[in-house]
Order: sequence, then C-alpha cells, then structure tokens
Amino acid sequence: MITLNHYLVLSAILFSLGTLGVLTRRNAIVIFMSVELMLNAVNLTFISFSSYLGNLDGQVFVFFVMAVAAAEAAVGLALMIAFHRNKDSIDVEEFNLLKW
Amino acid sequence: MEALVFYPFALVAVISAILVIWCRNPVNSALSLVLTFICLAGLYVTLNAPFMAAIQIIVYAGAIMVLILFVIMMLNLSSDVKRGIRHSVVTGPVASGLILFFVLYFVGGGEAGLHNGTLLAEIVNKVGHTEMIGAAIFTQFLFPFEIASILLLVAIIGAVVLAKKDV
Repeated sequence: MITLNHYLVLSAILFSLGTLGVLTRRNAIVIFMSVELMLNAVNLTFISFSSYLGNLDGQVFVFFVMAVAAAEAAVGLALMIAFHRNKDSIDVEEFNLLKW
Repeated sequence: MEALVFYPFALVAVISAILVIWCRNPVNSALSLVLTFICLAGLYVTLNAPFMAAIQIIVYAGAIMVLILFVIMMLNLSSDVKRGIRHSVVTGPVASGLILFFVLYFVGGGEAGLHNGTLLAEIVNKVGHTEMIGAAIFTQFLFPFEIASILLLVAIIGAVVLAKKDV
C-alpha cells in the first residue's frame, strides 16, 4: 500500500538532491537544471497532496509553477548566453562582477 | 499493484537525479533530467492526474529541456572539464542533508492522508481531468491565468533583449 508519505519522502529526496546540485556544481547550466529538479520535487508534493486530499487546487498550482518555470528557463538561458559572450565561460566562480 | 508502479519509477527518478548532479558533461546531466521528468510523469498518472503527466512530458521534457540542450550545444562547453566541484564541498552536503533530515522527521511525525475533498478517481475518469483543470483555470483562477500570460510575454521580450548582441 503506497501512502502519501511515500510520495513526500521521494519528493524530499529529489529536493535535497537539487539543493546539493545548486550548492556544489560550478557549471551554471547544471545549477539551472538542479533548480528545475527542485521545482519538480515541489510539483510532486502538490500533486500527491491534491490527489490524497481530494482537492484540485494543488494541480492548478502545478500548472502555474510550470508556466513560471518556462519563463525562468527562457530568461535564465538568455542571461547565460549574454554572460558567455562577455566572459567566454559559464563557471559561476567568474560571476563576480558585482562583488565588492 | 500501486507499489509495482511506484517503486520502479521512484528508484529510476532518484538514480537519474543523482546522475544529474554527478555527470561531468552537461549533456549527460540534461538527458538524466529528462529521465527524471518522465518518471515523475508516470507517478502523476498513478496519482490520477493524467493532464499533469501530459504537460510534464510536453512542457518540461519537451520544451524546457530542448531549450537547455540547445543552449548547451550552442555555447560549446567543452572547457568545463577542469574541476566539477565548487569550494562549498562541505556546506552543500550539510545543507541538503539537513533539509532531507528535517523533512523526513516531519513526514515521519504523522499521517496526513485524510481524504475530505470532492476529487475522486471515479469523478476524474468520468468528467475527464483536462476538463476539470480547464474549468478551474477559466473560472476560479482566471486572474492568475491572465497574470501568467503577461509573465510569459515579459519573459519572451526579456529573453530576446538579453540574448541580442547589441540592442
């Protein structure tokens, strides 16, 4: 019998793996993909709560999260292209233009 | 029956999520992430959300990942072979381990499975999941839907302006 807790534990594992990727990788695109992984972990939580509690609102939230993720992907990748044009690298160690 | 679907999908999702942050080559990370998305879509089907599974495949595994792969291949990132790990090699595992520990602690604290809403598998099969989501978006959540369209428009303009060589 699969309960709600199984889905929540899976979502927690995926979210912490995404956090690990954001904090330890240097490549900005891999960091970006880790953020997508965290968003998907949250989506899994929303849909499993929605299904187990019998309320549709969580799935509508997931719809909006996907719209925001698409916008984030477009703008984030455009930022990376702009940065790559200036520094010829997308290593986050080099993202220090605003550092004092 | 549900366990037969849940455990393989969950196992493949976790392994491919580990591969996303483990692989040296960003193309391999992107393909592992596609596998994670497909496994999550399978789990959405078992959770009686087939429309969400469809847009997970179409929007995430289709549109967003194609965009990411396109950018990886356009930037030609072969120079990233030096050192894959940043200096926060201690802070990262500690922070993500703390997140995992506290979430597991709270999840283990009790059972939340109290079905008190109107959404049942029979209703989803009878009415149709797409129809239910559509009815909710175009009546109750109409204003957020319009805001999302403005957000997407701003994102399109912003992406074009940022990626253009000289405005």
